[in-house]
Amino acid sequence: MKKFYWSLWIIITLSISGFFVYKMTLSDDKSELLIGEATHGHFQIEMACTTCHSEAFGGEEAIQDACTSCHADELKAAHDSHPKKKFNDPRNADTLEVLDARYCVTCHTEHQDEQTHAMGLTIPEDYCYHCHQEIGDERESHKDLAYNSCASAGCHNYHDNKALYERFLVENANGPWVDAMAKIAKSNGASITAPHAMSLMNKDFTPKANVAESDASRGAANSEHWDNNLHLEKGIACVGCHQANSESSEQWLPKPGVNECQQCHVNEAETFKQGKHGMRLAQSMSPVTPGHSSMSFAEDSLTVEHGCTSCHTAHTFDTKTAAVDACLSCHTDSHSTAFEASPHGNLAAQVSAGTLPEEQGVTCATCHMPRIEKELLGKTLTVVQHNQNDNLRPNEKMIRPVCMSCHSLEFSIDALADPELIKNNFNGQPANHVPSIDWALKREER
Amino acid sequence: MKVKTALKRSLLVGSFVSGSIMLSACGEPETTGIAPKLYTDSLFAVMNADRANYTKLVVKRLGPAGANVVKPDEHWEDLPNGTLLPAQMFRAGAEAVAEVTDEFTYSLQSIWPINSQNAPKTPIEKAGLEYIAENPGENFYGEEELGGTTYFTAVYPDVAVSDACTTCHNDHKDSPKTDFKLGEIMGGVVIRVPLGSS
Repeated sequence: MKKFYWSLWIIITLSISGFFVYKMTLSDDKSELLIGEATHGHFQIEMACTTCHSEAFGGEEAIQDACTSCHADELKAAHDSHPKKKFNDPRNADTLEVLDARYCVTCHTEHQDEQTHAMGLTIPEDYCYHCHQEIGDERESHKDLAYNSCASAGCHNYHDNKALYERFLVENANGPWVDAMAKIAKSNGASITAPHAMSLMNKDFTPKANVAESDASRGAANSEHWDNNLHLEKGIACVGCHQANSESSEQWLPKPGVNECQQCHVNEAETFKQGKHGMRLAQSMSPVTPGHSSMSFAEDSLTVEHGCTSCHTAHTFDTKTAAVDACLSCHTDSHSTAFEASPHGNLAAQVSAGTLPEEQGVTCATCHMPRIEKELLGKTLTVVQHNQNDNLRPNEKMIRPVCMSCHSLEFSIDALADPELIKNNFNGQPANHVPSIDWALKREER
Repeated sequence: MKVKTALKRSLLVGSFVSGSIMLSACGEPETTGIAPKLYTDSLFAVMNADRANYTKLVVKRLGPAGANVVKPDEHWEDLPNGTLLPAQMFRAGAEAVAEVTDEFTYSLQSIWPINSQNAPKTPIEKAGLEYIAENPGENFYGEEELGGTTYFTAVYPDVAVSDACTTCHNDHKDSPKTDFKLGEIMGGVVIRVPLGSS
């Protein structure tokens, strides 16, 4: 009898161990290993454990390296006002015992769904107080402010204060709420990268007539694919996209994906993979679908796999469709559904009707995928930021690159601090005024 | 500038190491390393020289008071021709050093800071900054325990070497002192060397 229990114990132990070893090493589904739901920023890749847990025994430094491997560039671009290097001095030892600001996970702990609040924070909102408690005594204007309101009232941002620092407030005070009509720059990102990529692949730009002739011989002739085909207009033959590369020239790809697009659209693919729409592809996972999310999306969109052509419909690649219609085909939240009746939506409709120049239209993409200048192949190009999360949270990140193209700093701060106004897609004026500019101007009188 | 600074530091540390080896070889009592005071005094000499040179040869010479081709500014990253203020340059050096070694750390502090984060925090910092302010020309040395480690802490006077220093501090709305004069002590450089865990 004793032997039986020993054998049973060994079999059970080996079975359990074997199950978890299989899950850790071979299985794609690692849900049994999850110690808690990942945040809204990481849930898409929560099954790619090694993205963050790169070393079994690397400790907090390995986790920190994982954070910075994805987020270091954006923090640098934001002129991060609390970088790790500010806290290395041992004079901070006492403070670090309360709040170890050297590590991202001190404030952004993963798999703590039940205590994660806005901005992926997992600590109480009074974190500023630990180091800056004297401000309440030093500044008359700050005397009666709640100790947890520093970053939640539209005044301060722990990492990115580019639109909120005091002198910027002073220099941009007193503007009219809407100053100029938008003049959205035309993107020309592929104008340099496409010829470069084509030459690397030994492919040629082909006159339209020759394309029709050569592709007809492949049996691929289908005039509906040629009508309004933007690539064809630019001299890109069918094989420019439908062949993987010059080495496998006989391999016809029925549905080219991000890998093919990114040969020419370098920046677009790179930034797409940094955002929620494409981050699974960056981890060699299947494309994300709205169904993966816990957010609510259009019923008929739940299984749509996200790649370039899910928004940029092949073969027309109409950027106007991608800038509004594609977004609204999935997103059904109140902000999105209020767009078409909003002042911004009205401008976009006028562009569609031909009564307003294209550069004056404001679409979903104007704000969420702004045109940015970028150095590529030695030239400064205007490219479209395809990481729609880059400026999304905290929303003050939108103020300088987006809102202030048309609006005053004061209106932008007030509008972005008004949750109801965001819900109705800025259909009206802000209900409350954030007094930061007024206070900054008052201090100038000293 | 950075290469030059790194070269100076390498030569400094190298000379200390070779000096120690030579002393041992001559039958002198075995040493456990460079005396902390000599170490921090030497480090300060390098820091002070670089700091004065940046203030006089870059900020003063190329800034608005000189050729006016660069704009030294607190928010230098936001300006196409912006460059760091001397105090920021000093801090940038301290932060860069902290990324490559923890054998020593240094910071610029004052009992009249523009940014209150740069006011003294530990009792030794406070005592040191007050001592050097009351005793011009003298340094302050002490030991303190921070986070379970004992440190040799040295505090050196930071003197206004250019009117760029005094004008900026006297005119700044957050400066608690507005009558700094050229040659006066404006704050102190605090250098720490870990002596071991306690």
